[in-house]
Amino acid sequence: MSTFLVEVLETICRTDGVRGALLVSAEDGLVVAEAAMEGLDAAPVAALAASLASRLTLATEAAGQSQPALIHLEATEGALFIATGEAGLLLVAVTEPDVNAGLVRLALLDAAGRLA
Amino acid sequence: MKAIEPWVESPLRTFLAESSARVVLLMTTAGQVVAQHGFTRSMDVMSAAALGAGIVASTAELGRTLGGGPLAELVHQGTRQGIFLASFDTPRGRWIALVVFGGESSLGLVQLFFGRMVTDLAVAAPVEEPRRAVLAEDFERDLNASLRALFGR
Repeated sequence: MSTFLVEVLETICRTDGVRGALLVSAEDGLVVAEAAMEGLDAAPVAALAASLASRLTLATEAAGQSQPALIHLEATEGALFIATGEAGLLLVAVTEPDVNAGLVRLALLDAAGRLA
Repeated sequence: MKAIEPWVESPLRTFLAESSARVVLLMTTAGQVVAQHGFTRSMDVMSAAALGAGIVASTAELGRTLGGGPLAELVHQGTRQGIFLASFDTPRGRWIALVVFGGESSLGLVQLFFGRMVTDLAVAAPVEEPRRAVLAEDFERDLNASLRALFGR
């Protein structure tokens, strides 16, 4: 796994409340790189996050809007953040429920910029 | 969807709904069809089953030749659709799954829900009855019943 990619993901994981970060192939839903995913199975997260991003992109396109830059899914026991990156890649962060969403968004968008 | 064994239907139906796969064929390693979804012609099913079983046998041998074990799964990613081919253990022996998926799904989703279907099949499989002696009249009747189940004739 590329050291640079892991470094970028570890930057996201330094944000309080982030349980893990993934770089996912948007088309395949496969894990490209991962960091700090202890206790989490990366493959299902990657597959479902890519599926969610794909469906939301279809929905926004149908509504005449551009592709979503960031997706935030909040659940009772945690949250999922997905940022669309370059070259068909998605940056995914899995967080605790009470995380500072603004900080996670900043970290993800900054990481997406570094990968561009 | 058509299945020879009724207990296969529920796990397969769940897999189809979750993965959004277009075509699924479950077969034994000998190429005998167990269940199918998405095929319209019986000839296509037979050809796909024979080819799928042949590919799995070839790649297993290739894996051994290269010094490893048999390959777990094989994926062909085309521009408009992908093909996922994998063998797996069931209480009724080793089976093969051939899955065709398009842009509405992904390889990650197919892999994820394929793993769950394998678990569901292991749970759903009834305890096997003791084997009976094969009689000519039973063979004819069972063969016709299988063909009716798979192709609705």
